[in-house]
This record gives sequence, structure tokens and C-alpha cells, in this order.
Amino acid sequence: MGITAAQALVKGLEEENVTKVFGYPGGAVLPIYDALIDSDIQHVLVRHEQGAVHMANGYARISGQPGVCIATSGPGATNLVTGIATAYMDSVPVVIITGQVATSMVGTDAFQEVDITGITLPITKHNYLVKRAKDIPRIIKEAFYIARTGRPGPVLIDIPKDVAASTIEYQPVEKVELRGYKPNYKGHPQQIERAVRLINKSKKPVIYVGGGVINSGATEELYELAWKAQMPVTTTLMGLGSFPEDDRLSLHMLGLHGAPYANYAVTNADLLIGLGVRFDDRVTGAIEKFAPQAKIIHIDIDPAEIGKNVVVDVPIVGDLKLVLRDLIEKLEPQEHLEWLEQIEQWKQEHPLQYGNGDRLRPQYVIEKLGELTNHRAVVTADVGQHQMWAAQFYKFTRPRSFLTSGGLGTMGYGFPAAIGAQIADPDALVVTVTGDGSFQMAMQEMGTAVEQNLPIKVLLFNNNSLALVRQLQHFYCDKRYTAVSFTGNPDFAKFAECYGAVGLKIETRDQVEPVLKEALNNGRLTIIEVSISEEELVLPMVPNARGLDEMVQFPFGEEDQCE
Amino acid sequence: MEVVFGYPGGAVLSIYDALYDDDRIKHVLTRHEQGAVHAADGYARATGKPGVVIATSGPGATNLVTGIANAYMDSVPLVAITGQVACNMIGKDSFQEADITGITQPITKYSYLVKDVNHLARIVREAFHIASTGRPGPVVIDLPKDVTAARAEFRYPPEIDLPGYQYMYNGITAKLNCAVEAIKRAKKPVIYAGGGVIASGAHEELLQFAERIQAPVTTTLMGKGAFPDTHPLSLGMLGMHGTCYANYAVSECDLLIGLGVRFDDRVTGRVDTFAPNAEIIHVDIDPAEVGKNVNIDIPLVGDVRSILVDLLREIEPQRHDQWLDTVYRWRRDYPLSYCTKKDTIKPQYVVEEIYKVTNGEAFITTEVGQHQMWAAQYYHCKYPRRFVSSGGLGTMGFGFPAALGVQIAYPDAVVFDIAGDGSIQMNIQELATAVQYKLPVNIAILNNHYLGMVRQWQEMFFNKRYSHSNMAGNPDFVKLAQAYGAEGLRVERPEDVRPALEEAINSPKPFVLDFVVDEEENVYPMVPPGGSLNKMLGGSK
Amino acid sequence: MKHTLSVLVENKPGVLTRIAGLFARRGFNIKSLAVGETEDPEVSRMTIVVDGDDRIIEQVTKQLNKLVDVIKLSDITHDEFVDRELVLIKVHCDASNRSEIIQIVDVFRARIVDMGRNSMIIEATGDSGKIDAIETSLRPFGIRELVRTGKIAMVRGPKTRNGEA
Ligand SMILES: Cc1ncc(C[n+]2csc(CCOP(=O)(O)OP(=O)(O)O)c2C)c(N)n1
Ligand SMILES: Cc1ncc(C[n+]2csc(CCOP(=O)(O)OP(=O)(O)O)c2C)c(N)n1
Ligand SMILES: [Mg+2]
Repeated sequence: MGITAAQALVKGLEEENVTKVFGYPGGAVLPIYDALIDSDIQHVLVRHEQGAVHMANGYARISGQPGVCIATSGPGATNLVTGIATAYMDSVPVVIITGQVATSMVGTDAFQEVDITGITLPITKHNYLVKRAKDIPRIIKEAFYIARTGRPGPVLIDIPKDVAASTIEYQPVEKVELRGYKPNYKGHPQQIERAVRLINKSKKPVIYVGGGVINSGATEELYELAWKAQMPVTTTLMGLGSFPEDDRLSLHMLGLHGAPYANYAVTNADLLIGLGVRFDDRVTGAIEKFAPQAKIIHIDIDPAEIGKNVVVDVPIVGDLKLVLRDLIEKLEPQEHLEWLEQIEQWKQEHPLQYGNGDRLRPQYVIEKLGELTNHRAVVTADVGQHQMWAAQFYKFTRPRSFLTSGGLGTMGYGFPAAIGAQIADPDALVVTVTGDGSFQMAMQEMGTAVEQNLPIKVLLFNNNSLALVRQLQHFYCDKRYTAVSFTGNPDFAKFAECYGAVGLKIETRDQVEPVLKEALNNGRLTIIEVSISEEELVLPMVPNARGLDEMVQFPFGEEDQCE
Repeated sequence: MEVVFGYPGGAVLSIYDALYDDDRIKHVLTRHEQGAVHAADGYARATGKPGVVIATSGPGATNLVTGIANAYMDSVPLVAITGQVACNMIGKDSFQEADITGITQPITKYSYLVKDVNHLARIVREAFHIASTGRPGPVVIDLPKDVTAARAEFRYPPEIDLPGYQYMYNGITAKLNCAVEAIKRAKKPVIYAGGGVIASGAHEELLQFAERIQAPVTTTLMGKGAFPDTHPLSLGMLGMHGTCYANYAVSECDLLIGLGVRFDDRVTGRVDTFAPNAEIIHVDIDPAEVGKNVNIDIPLVGDVRSILVDLLREIEPQRHDQWLDTVYRWRRDYPLSYCTKKDTIKPQYVVEEIYKVTNGEAFITTEVGQHQMWAAQYYHCKYPRRFVSSGGLGTMGFGFPAALGVQIAYPDAVVFDIAGDGSIQMNIQELATAVQYKLPVNIAILNNHYLGMVRQWQEMFFNKRYSHSNMAGNPDFVKLAQAYGAEGLRVERPEDVRPALEEAINSPKPFVLDFVVDEEENVYPMVPPGGSLNKMLGGSK
Repeated sequence: MKHTLSVLVENKPGVLTRIAGLFARRGFNIKSLAVGETEDPEVSRMTIVVDGDDRIIEQVTKQLNKLVDVIKLSDITHDEFVDRELVLIKVHCDASNRSEIIQIVDVFRARIVDMGRNSMIIEATGDSGKIDAIETSLRPFGIRELVRTGKIAMVRGPKTRNGEA
């Protein structure tokens, strides 16, 4: 019996075990929306397509399954671009379905036509323009396979309206056959041997962990490896949560705003083991000063990452879970007493710290949040100072518990990602840490959260400023502040109320605990507006073109901050 | 340049630092880069000058994509300046790196990635030239961080040397004669005017021309204002939601004179039954448009205004009394209309009232959806550049930031964004911008609690299976405005419409009017997609 | 240094854009590129000449390999291979130098494919070295127009594109 290609699409989604999709309708996807009515797949109606793709991203990062979003042709599709690029940079599996004008109109600048496969070429792992309805089942299968396997990433399927409306014989596809796409999972045994030898020889090893470990589900293996060989672990922003931050071996985050001891450890290490990382510029600082004494082992699923930014001594291409298993088996238990002692000393002498006193400090709020949630909430962060404070002070203990846009640094990611996260895990406690600037980039999604009845907590640090940019102007532009100050901001608590959500305020230090407690326990969508000074600085900070150990550290700047 | 719209970030620090010292350029800080680019677009449409937007690398740049595509589809002159990571970091997936020249390749007129600061002055000059000449469009200048930080001798090049860029085509005289002959021959001519007339500043020539040859004029959505809607020869808008009489006239005419139009699918309906009896003259500056969608009998490639001037020189007054009688009869017999209800506000009524209180002198922007069509149908435009709407891309969320751009260009003007409840949420964050810059824009939300246009299609073509077109979880728009310190008013009864509008116009603050309108009202007439223009649903023969 | 990459790709629309786009966005430098169908109509062969040091070439190959439509890629720079390029050169001539030009054409075993009063078109095939050489030799006469196809290449010996012997 024939069904429409749109129905085939929905069926394909069902076969991929999709239960939620995020989207916004429009003319070119009407057939798809009509097919959705008859499916058990739950559709979450967003308020801007940007929200849909970030939600799919958050959903994917929590569930480990590809997130799916749908948008109409033209502006619907272009509104996804930032979100697609965000997912691409952070290797998040997302399948994006866009409507397109009818095949006969493609290429004529028709109403709501854009060449979305052309536009997203640089920011998708792969994309498809479906020309024949009967290809739909195969393409869906391939798209999910490509999005999910190897180094995950976004895959876009562009479906012209007439194609979606036409009838086909549905035949489920059993197997994916892609001549040009065969990810490699097993690490090369000889390289693993070489890695083992390097580790055995090392006196001052550091493990440097990124999002790849979380993607591959290798956090237990990481823990075993670290303990068996007594190697301290530092993580990137994307790697937070892969290794418990309350563990003795944890060095917390490294890089631009990393912990001083993490940056010192990397700078002094004789062996750096990079697991699922990219040696990104935010992490390495001046590349020639990065881990200058260290041999480097780099394990990653994506061969193109290896050797891209630094020269690697032992490259291993493969799935981290498998490779680490092999590695652990071959490795003798080690001790690095001296090295760990040295690190302990750095931790004592250069802790992550902030100014105290009576003033309401954002870092303090984050610390309290960590305590009150037992370090086990799902935290999503936007982009700005608040993001760095969340990364520095929350102390993550579980994988897939910190979501933020690491590679693209997309403001407006945090809140929709929280919605996606909460939908993926309805029982989780989901908190968004955001800034006044970032929140406004996706604030319309309050409507979605209300409609879906999601008890998300939005912890909004309001400094009436784009303060991270202000901080850059402080350091690099001689405190000549331009275009960073917001005077038209709403009263965010009232804003919450106009959606029927709860709005709370924290204005003093002693309000922090009671108000947070109230919010965390009220079971409702809540905005907690925390008023802070725009003059706060995120420290430490590695200045441009400096090595990691050349950080500017606390108490820099404290004296000229007005109390 | 007087105004730029933008949003800062790490990769554009140097540019912002330069703005710090500059008193001549006003920078408007929005709340989302999408708001900035639409505001620049609105500014450009209202003034005719190129709009300028600045965004940082990565997400800042990608947030411009919809706005750039929007300007591209509607041929709006726009220069988008984006930050980029330093040259030596390009291509390495660096922090906040996005290949914006690659991404925008299909949606820009041209783009530059500047690798040498010594080329910057030339490129800026070229970019403005390309954006604003010929068929206008968006140009992207991508500026790596190290390039903007570098120093160079500033030499603004006196001349532009772009051998590959030809933008001036002059109507070929031989063809001009054909056109003159065709016009003289015609018994039932119709002028079909689009955005190109406004872009070329040809509205006065069009008025003279229409009166001279006594041809009725219908405009596209983009052409609104090219010809006064209040003129006796005006037939209003044609196409999918055009007036019956415009669509009949086009279907019956023996000569169709397309001026600065694209024969877009929303206008023509089924192409093979479009203006079936007509000879077609097509005047456009872009040779690629001519003959793209329909066969043209007499193509005139060139600036609409110069060609109209040439035509006016050749043509004596014509008379088409009989034809005009017929057309006027259609106009009388099949007017735009809607049913009124005593206690419910009809969305069309709100638009009519906006027209009346502003006397047609306001600047109108619209979002996308039913309300957009009602705005086009019931707001009569008298002047060009006062009706600002996303035609080609149909971008929801365009109208409000565009209104901010318009208000910045004309601080004393009355500006209305006619919005839907769905669309207004897309860029609602820009309320803060309106408040910050004290822009007294008025937002008239025709709130039907639906993505109304989607619902209408589902009603008509999908058996009323309403799939995700209902808007639950809408905010209280009045409280929302108040949370910003702006003003808001909910209007639920027809008799309150007029006073509410007056209050909004007189208020010096941004004003949100939440008109609770009949939920399931449809836009009529309607040519079903792929149908012929003379077969409309609602209000027709 | 210049590298010659031999790339098998799916023969479908858009693949060339994907590859060209990749080069543009990552800042790699294409010296020449030639595409055509292979004996299998579903597969095309691209011969790409890229300029760059080893690090760059390594990135180029790895990034290309990531494209789903790239089936197989080999850097044949260090293999024994046959490469050819075709060039058309329109050169200025007159009675005084015509015979001299014809001599050069003979030396390079090129052909004259069109002859006018003041110009002639010369067709030559050969490896890039030879093409460069003929171009240099003709330059003094005044080259009015020149088109090169870009290089195509094939590894010598029994190996086929699938690596089978
Ligand atoms: C979409 C987007 N535009 C611009 C930037 C550049 N940027 C990085 S941080 C920042 C300021 C963020 O402000 P806010 O969210 O208020 O956080 P704060 O730094 O004040 O905590 C900006 C503008 C960005 N990352 N993303
Ligand atoms: C960015 C974007 N997404 C989706 C669409 C498809 N679309 C066209 S009209 C419409 C409904 C608009 O709803 P609303 O703004 O409430 O206006 P109404 O039709 O109810 O007047 C939608 C979703 C679009 N044009 N633009
Ligand atoms: Mg609506």
C-alpha cells in the first residue's frame, strides 16, 4: 500500500526510535506536520526555529540519541543555521529536517526558497536534498547513522514540498551502505603499545579530557585509567563531568579561564594524554608554549583532529571506550607521588577563588547552587562570564550534566538546551545559568517551557551588561567600554510572571540560600534574577598570545572594583 | 554612514574600539544579531540608503543569516560586517570560527574575506557600491581579528575597478519602440509594479506613465507604495491574496507591463494561465530576471526610472474608457470585504482603523502571516518606502526590528508594526532595544492565538487537521510590555480599537497593543497554490 | 611542495561544490583540479594538485576523507604515475615567425589545430613540466589566450583504482 513520503519520513523516524521532535510549522512542511498528527512522536512547538535546533542539541546531549528538529523552507531553515553550526562545532548528533519549495521551483528564487544545503555545507557533517520520494527511507536511515556514529554531528535533510506530498511504496531499509563513510573504532595495537610505554616511563603525566570521552561513553574507563596509573585529570569546557570534580585526581578545567593548578600541571607535564580533545585555541593559549616538555598521546575518533593543531607523538584513531579498555589492560599500576604532591601544593597555593566580603558574588551563588543540588543537577550555561563561573565553581560529578556551547560559543543556547534536556529527562533537576545578554537571545522560549510544563530553573546573572566583552575591553582596549551596556532590560521576574511562571530575585548575599532553596523546590518554571556588578572579572585568565602558566590571577582587579 | 546596528564580541573588539572615538556614527545595540540585521534592513528600505550591520565571528555571524537572506530576496542594499578569527586560525575550527563567506554564498550579492588591511578601504568602497547599485542586495565583509587590529594608511580609492560587475544596462532603443507600439496597440493594458519601481525611485514617473496611458496599476507586496493605493487607477495588490479586480484585470488584459517585478509564484499562480491573453513587457534592471519565470514578449533591461522617462518621451496620452469601466465594475462588484461581528474584533477592522487614524501617513512594517496580508489589503499606502514587509523570504520576526530601523531613520514619524502573536515572539527581545533608544514604535498584535496562516492552510487543504498551529503558552503581552517599562493595552471590543490606537500614537514610549481578534478568520480572496489567478476562493465571481 | 591527489568520489550533483567549498573554507590552495567519470558511471575521479607542506597535505587528505561522498583518496605524489594535461594556446604570429613557431610545435610533439592570419591555436598534451616548457617557449611570440585542463593522473603498473592488482 502506498503512503506519502511525509508519512514515510515519520515512519522512518519511528524506526529510528525517535520519540520527540522540536519544530515550527510552515507552508513547505505542512505535509510532514499532517503526517505527525497520526504518529506517537511528540512534537514540541517552539517559538523561534533557533530554539528548536538548540533543544534538539540539548536533548541529544542528555539522551545520547540524535535530536531531531523540523523547520519550514526559507526563513525557517535559515533560522536554524546558528544552531546547526553550534552542534557541528561541539560534535552533537542532530538530524535536521527542512521543508523546501517544490522541485520545479528550486533554483528560481521562489517564495521562501533558500539553498539550505548550500548554506549548511560548511557546518553539517553531511546533508541531503531529497529529489525522489522513494529515497526517503534510505536517506533517513543514513542520516541517523552518520549523525550518530564516528564523530557525531548534524545532518540535514531538505525535502521539497511536492516530494513530501507524493506517494511511495514504503520499504524499510535494513542496512546502511555508504562507500565513502566507514568510521574506524579499534585503535591500532602497535600505537597502543607505544602509548603504554610512554605512560610507564612518565613521571609527570596529565590526562586532558574533552567532550569525546562523554560522546563515546568512556567515563568509567577514564576513571579506571586515571586511578590505575595515578594520573591527574583536567577537562575542557566540553569535558566537564567526564571525571568527578570532587575526586582527588581532578584538576578541574584548564585553558583560558582554567584552574591555575590545571594550567601549571599541563605546562610542567612530561606526558600529556589527550582524550577526545581538539587542542583548541581556548585551551592551549599560545600554542608554542603549550605543554612544552610533554610527549603527547592523542586519542580521538576523528583522524583529522590528530595533528591538526599540535604535533603528536603517539596518535591513536579509534573509539575512546575501546581504546581505553585496551590501554588499561596493558598498563601496569603506577604511582606518581611526587608529582601528585606538587599538584596538591599548587592547589593549595593557587586555588580557584574570588573576592569575598559582603558583596553578592556570582561565584558564591554558583557554589551554593552546587551544594544545594548536591552537584548532580543538569546545568546548561549560555556564553559569557556566567558560563565560566558555572564551569569553574559548580563542581560537576556526572557525565552529560553540563551543556554549553563550547566551540561556537553561542549565546542563546543555554535556555533552549535546558528545555531539550528536561524533555529528554523529565525527572532531572535542570538549571540554566545565563546572563542578561544571553537569555534575551532565546527568551521567547519561555512560551515553550510554559506550554510543556517544564520546571526549569533559570539562574540569570543580571549585570545589565555584556560583561565578558566588557572584560575584554577592560584588558585589551584600555577600559574603553563600547556597546556593552544594556539600559532597556526588562524586569526579568515580571517577565517570568507574564508567562505565568515564577520570578524571584536575589540582591544580597544572604538571600542566596533561601531564594535558591525556594526555587529548587517549587516544582515550577522559575527565573531567579541575580543582580551583580558589571565589574566582576572572570579569573584566572590567560592573556592573548601567552602561555597557560602566564595567567592573570586573583586578586587582580579587586582593588578597583567598587564595593 | 550615520547609523550602524550591531552586537559586539571578541572578534570585533577593534571595530568597536574605533567606534568609541567616532561621533558621526551612531551605533545601535540590539539584543540579538537577527534584530540588528533586520533593523538595518528596515532602515535601508525606509531611506533608500544601504543599511549597515556589525556582528562578531561565529554565532554572531550565523545569526545574521536569515536577515541576509531576507535582504537578498527583497533586493535591499545592506552591508554586513562580520568579525572573523585571526587569519592563521582560519580553517581550523577555531573558537567562534564560522565560514560566513561560504555560508552566505548563496544569499549575498557579493562577499569579501579581507586578508590584508591594505585592501580594506578599497573593499569597503566596493562593498557599498555593489550593495547599492544595479539590483541592490546584501554584501558581506568578513574581517579577521588581526586584520582589524593592524594599521594601514587610509586611502579611500577614488575609483572603483570591477570589470566583472556590470550593473547598468540601458534599455535598447529598438526594443523601446516595440514597447511604444505595443502600448499604442493595447486596448486593455495593465501595469504590474514591483519593488524595483521603489528601488529605482520611479514612483513619480510611474504615476505620470499610468495617467498618460490610462492603464490601471496593480502592485506586488513589495511594490506597495510605488503607486498610491488611493489613486483611481489603483487596483491594489495582485496575486495569491490580491484583490479580485486586480487578478481579473491581469487575467483579462491584452498588455501587461511588468515594472521591477519578478513574476514570483505568489503573484502569478499557475504560470501557464497567467495573463493568458496578454503581450508582456518586462522592465527590470536584472537581466537574469527577465524571462526567468514567464516568457516575455518585450524585454527592457535597465533602470526602471530611465526607461519610464524614455517611454514618457515617446508616448502621447491614450484612452481606455471601456476597459477602465470594466475594471471599475469589478472593483465595485467584488471589493475586499469581511463580515463584521458585534462583539468580536475583526483583524481587518484593526488595519482599517490604523489606516484611518494615521491617515495613511504612517510607516508600516509587518511580520509574516495572515496579518501581513490584511495589512497589505487594508492599509492604503500613498508613498513609497512606507510599507516595509518581508516579501521574498517571508520572515516572521522581521517587522518589529525593521520598525526600529525605520524609527531610527525617522525619529518623528508614526511607525506601526502590524504583527501576529506568533511572529512577534520571534524577536520580542528587541523591546529592550526600543526602550533603550526611546523609540516610540507601536506594535499592533492581531492576536488570534494561532499561527493563523498555517491554520488557514490546514483548514483549507488538510481537512482542518490543525497540527501544531495553536499557540498555547503565549505571554500576557501587556504585562510583557510593562516588564520593560514600555506601555501595553489589551483591546477586546471593536469600539475600543480606535481610542487604543490614538493612545498608542500619542504615547512617547514603545507601545504594545494586543488586539484579541476573531481566531479563525481567514484571508480572502485566495488563489489556491498552483491555481489560476481568476479562480479565487472567497469574495469573487 | 605540490602534491597530486587522486580522489574517487560519488558521481552525483553537488560533490564538486562540497570539495571546492572545503578547500576554500580551510584555506587550502588548489593548483589544479580535473574531474571526469570513471569506468564505473557512479564514480568520478578527481585529480587535485595541492600546494602545501606535509602538515597541510595531511589535513587536506584527512578532511577530504571525512566527506561522505569521498570514496577513496590517494596521495600519489610519491608513486610512479603517469600524468597528463592538455593545453590550448592561441599565439600571435605573422609571416616572419610562423615557421619558428611550427618548429617549436614539432619539438614538443604538439599540434596546430587552427591557423589564422595573425594567430594560431596550438594543442599540446603532456605532463605539467612539458606544458610549462611549451608555454615558456611560446611566450616571446605573444600568447593571446591560454587554457589548461588541469592535470589528470594514473598510477603505473597493474594496480587499479580499488587497489587490486
Ligand atoms: C550570538 C553571539 N553574539 C555575540 C557573542 C559575543 N559574546 C561573547 S560573551 C558576550 C557577552 C555575554 O553577555 P551575558 O550573557 O550578559 O553574560 P555575562 O558575560 O554578562 O555574564 C558576548 C556578546 C556570542 N558569543 N554569541
Ligand atoms: C521564520 C518563519 N518560520 C515559519 C514561517 C511559516 N509561517 C508563515 S505564516 C506563519 C504563521 C504566522 O503566525 P502569526 O504571526 O501569529 O500570524 P497570523 O497568521 O496568525 O496572523 C508561519 C508559521 C515563516 N514564514 N517564517
Ligand atoms: Mg497569530
